[in-house]
Amino acid sequence: MSALLEVNGITKRYPGVVANDNVSLTVNAGEVVALLGENGAGKSTLLKAVFGLIKPDSGEIKISGTPIVFGDTAGVISRGVGMVHQHFQLVPVMTVAENLILGDEPKRGLFINQKSAREEIITLSKRYGLEVDPDAVIEDLPVGMQQRVEILKALRKDVKLLILDEPTAVLTPQEIDELLAVIRNLAKSGVGVVLITHKLHEVMAVADRVVVLRGGKLVGTTSPKETDEAGLAQMMVGRSVVLQVNRTEAKRGAVVLEVKGLEVRDDRKIMSVKGVDLTLHKGEILGVAGVEGNGQRELVEAICGMRHREAGEVMINGVATKDMNPHSVHEAGISHVPEDREKHGLVASYTIADNLVLNQFDQEPYAKGWVRNLGEVAKNATDLVEKFDIRTPSAFNTAGSLSGGNKQKVVVARELSEELPVLIAAQPTRGVDVGSIEFIHNQLIAARDKGAGVLLVSAELDEVLSLADRIAVMSDGKIVAIVESKAADRNYIGRLMAGLKG
Amino acid sequence: MSDTKVVKSEAPKSNKSFDVGSWLIPIIAVLTAMFLAALLMKAQGSNPITAYKSLFKTAFGSLSGIGATLGKSTPLVLSGLAVAIGLRAGLFNIGAQGQLLSGALAAAWAGVSFHGLPGYIHIPIALIIGAFFGSVVAGISGFLKAYRGVHEVITTIMLNSIVMGIADYLASHQLREPDQFLTRTAEIQPSAKMPVYAHLPLGFFIAVALALFIWWILGRTTSGFRIETVGRNRHAAWYAGVSVKRTVISAMLISGAIAGLGGAVETLGITYRYAPAFNLGLGFDGITIALLGRVHPLGIIPGAILIGGMRAGAANMQFDSGVAPELVDLLMALILLLVTAPLITRFFKNSSNKSMTSGWGS
Amino acid sequence: MKLLSKRNGYFLIAALATGFFYSKDADITTSVYATGTAFALPLALAAMVGIMCERTGIVNIGIEGTMLLSAFVAFFVSSFTKNIMIGLLAAILTGSIMGLLLALMAVSWRMDQIIAGTILNILATGLTSFLYVQGKTIPSVFQAIEIPGLSKIPFFGPVLFIHGPLTFLGLAIILTLYVAIYHTPWGLRSRAVGEHPSSADTAGVSVARLRYINVTIAGAIGALAGAYLSLELVGSFERGFTAGKGFTALALMIFGRWNPLGALGAALFFGLAQAYANQLMIDQVVNIPTQFTAALPYVMTIVVLAISAGKVRPPAAEGQPYEKGQA
Repeated sequence: MSALLEVNGITKRYPGVVANDNVSLTVNAGEVVALLGENGAGKSTLLKAVFGLIKPDSGEIKISGTPIVFGDTAGVISRGVGMVHQHFQLVPVMTVAENLILGDEPKRGLFINQKSAREEIITLSKRYGLEVDPDAVIEDLPVGMQQRVEILKALRKDVKLLILDEPTAVLTPQEIDELLAVIRNLAKSGVGVVLITHKLHEVMAVADRVVVLRGGKLVGTTSPKETDEAGLAQMMVGRSVVLQVNRTEAKRGAVVLEVKGLEVRDDRKIMSVKGVDLTLHKGEILGVAGVEGNGQRELVEAICGMRHREAGEVMINGVATKDMNPHSVHEAGISHVPEDREKHGLVASYTIADNLVLNQFDQEPYAKGWVRNLGEVAKNATDLVEKFDIRTPSAFNTAGSLSGGNKQKVVVARELSEELPVLIAAQPTRGVDVGSIEFIHNQLIAARDKGAGVLLVSAELDEVLSLADRIAVMSDGKIVAIVESKAADRNYIGRLMAGLKG
Repeated sequence: MSDTKVVKSEAPKSNKSFDVGSWLIPIIAVLTAMFLAALLMKAQGSNPITAYKSLFKTAFGSLSGIGATLGKSTPLVLSGLAVAIGLRAGLFNIGAQGQLLSGALAAAWAGVSFHGLPGYIHIPIALIIGAFFGSVVAGISGFLKAYRGVHEVITTIMLNSIVMGIADYLASHQLREPDQFLTRTAEIQPSAKMPVYAHLPLGFFIAVALALFIWWILGRTTSGFRIETVGRNRHAAWYAGVSVKRTVISAMLISGAIAGLGGAVETLGITYRYAPAFNLGLGFDGITIALLGRVHPLGIIPGAILIGGMRAGAANMQFDSGVAPELVDLLMALILLLVTAPLITRFFKNSSNKSMTSGWGS
Repeated sequence: MKLLSKRNGYFLIAALATGFFYSKDADITTSVYATGTAFALPLALAAMVGIMCERTGIVNIGIEGTMLLSAFVAFFVSSFTKNIMIGLLAAILTGSIMGLLLALMAVSWRMDQIIAGTILNILATGLTSFLYVQGKTIPSVFQAIEIPGLSKIPFFGPVLFIHGPLTFLGLAIILTLYVAIYHTPWGLRSRAVGEHPSSADTAGVSVARLRYINVTIAGAIGALAGAYLSLELVGSFERGFTAGKGFTALALMIFGRWNPLGALGAALFFGLAQAYANQLMIDQVVNIPTQFTAALPYVMTIVVLAISAGKVRPPAAEGQPYEKGQA
């Protein structure tokens, strides 16, 4: 019997990078194959090739023995391949039912047969034990529920091969365990599962085989029986990776940032920060742990003056900051590494040099009154590119030409170079290669050691555990606990993140 | 969110401001448009060679012809500049027409009403008044965009027509030339007429100086940085401490002022009065010229001279070859289409703002 | 729809106002409303163009140009061939080509869609100016049809059931569009493409193909609106004939929340306002200079936008070019 999925020698090039370099792998029915690799290793590209969304430069892909045709996503889907995407492929304003039937709608003449759609969904969700409400609107659902819909979408087609792309990024530790159980059950029922991830303990928990990608190449296959997390990390990165950052004891000083009773609404006018109090001291890293979507983004934006405060105060060194005025908040002494670097952190068509002074363009020495001092801007650029090891042929190339990790380095370089009393770093290593992650972590510690107060907001619990001196856990818009990191217990924090009482 | 895997299928735009290859494309676009129009002329039974010859000879063949060309080019430079500044801020100011008209009428009023002023005072005052009214009109759109999220494409076009109606009304009632049945204002005082040096109009040089000034502002000042940043990525601009609302309104005010100035120059330098049904379509000309010049303040000048020359020579062209002056409008439309073909849209692709269409409801 | 919703409130006010006017003078009210419906139709159809395009994610600023050029073609081809049906068909062809051109620029070339639409407008203006010939006439306009029986009902008869064929065709299109958008697979897929194209893409729906089809058909509808103006409502053509209706249509689309019936309602309101203003001028009740009444639709458009624009939610992906595999 031929393998469910056969990938033979796939190569795909983009300008400047080889995303996939002669990658081959097979997946059989009933087995869970983990596709492991750090960000940028080529996992997503491979996936898109399997679905016919992009055309490989060479190689072929076979499903149950038959090759696929580029562009014929519907064909791939009809042959029993389903995917649960990292960024959900759901239409936010439509209902669960509409999303599930999209592309293959039950019909009555020219019209959609709403009744049979609903019946189908109820049957489907009972069969796999994934309850959903067909009439609920997607954007109103919690993330875990949205993911259920995403999974059901894949399962609807009598799927033989299910691919999950980084499914646990938005889940609490408990939800992750539930998901892994679902995966194991699916495999038992004969479905082949490909789990794409960079989370080592998930791999160890659920995979039958592990395939490791690095820099577009397949560097090895193994299984949980044959190795451990450290071994996997080494294969992923190609060298010994320090999984824990070395840091000295914090020298905590006076309070530098104080947040009292903060209430903030999100883009949909729903209250997402529901009364937050925080104090940040000089010389410490306060980590805010929590699954994304619990108000962290709105919290950071409100503190930095980018989002309206419904209630509450933000004070720097005892002085209250203005609402909705990022310029004055910056002047008051807050540096901000934003969560969405493409949207807020950089102007892609500006040079790296201009990006390095993006929020300082009207300050000395980069401007004297009305007129900019381009010489100083250039000097600053050359300095920072070297100091922060930003990989680029020239500081005057556009920022858009950089890789994700280097883009993030530009933002970090800019924010750290001012040496302001407060640094707020939101998801600072998301989408960044491991080498740059280490670098950025070290920079954050260095800033702390120089006396800055660092507020680190991250959905990666490991990052918070390894960097923070104190840990605040954010769940459903509130800070539910603040603990010293020495006393922190991973499970305890995980339960808090999930909204349980610990 | 995280690394978006958008496929970039071309090399990133270099920071060099003079990239010969891409300046070739506007030239090719113009030549191609002329060729296509020639085909149309042939189909109509006219001789394209005679037509083009006459067109260009009148426009550029003599000093007085060049003078007329520069005269017609001046409002084009200014409306192109107005559109370009808007585009740099991510705004689509199609209302240059209405802003220009209001400037023209206001300048005509100032030119008629003030007595006994020496030229070097009268002219600048009239010009400033024209610029002011232009910026008021544009400011309405700017305000609606900044504070109500209404897209400026629609409001500027609507205002075009509203201003035309108001101007028409004023020119036939309050401001009408006394004892005349025609809808127009009286001729302006001699002290308000803009001087011409050896056939070459002063207004043109003012326009060029303004273009240079705008170029300097965009490239070298903090205000220019604000405008450019808002135009490329308004989210990052907000993060960087730039007030997007204030920048949008400022950009529209500046844009309107420049367009209004264009109208004022037209009145003080060419027509010497305000008469409606003039300059129809000049607003759209501004867009073509701005895009033809790749939205660069200096790049606009050659395009404006070319189009201005064509308009100056159009009457003679009709006389010599029977081809209607509207040919120039058609040519402009074709040029615009060709200039914005895939290769040229690099400028807009580099903008992180998804498109200028944001603003329907945000 | 809740019973106490805003929408029902609008209906109630409209019904009461109508009843009031009718009691004052039945004949004039009837004729104003009938004229108002006739004025409203091209606006409503043009708004449909906008809805079809934007629901699928394409912003169409070029509705004005489409209507203008189609009205032009309808008129001059009818004049030349002495046959208004041929003129109508030629116009529909023209509109489809313009739609296709917009799709080409927006979908394949991924141009900024505002620029693409503006190009259509400028092309239309340029072509119509250049090719315009004075003094031509068409053999006739599309004559009004009376629906037997129903046309005799007082008030509703003349208002709803006596109109030209293109009006009835237009209304049929609007109703069909409404049903199709919300109850057919095509409608579901089109909306998905306009809200979150990668979801549709990964579900096997061809985003590009659907956009091409919808924009081209929308162009044909726009042509119908233009042809209606020159062949049924007015019977002539001049430069600048469409006078901004294509832009007003966008405001109506926004105000009607991208819903065909909502846009129709807004268009009716507009048409009525204009018919009413005309009537006031004829009766010389108020003495407003012509320039100001001519400017009325433009002012109303801005007001409508200023009220609604900030609070509405357009299709999430509109205006953004999509590349396959962008998920």
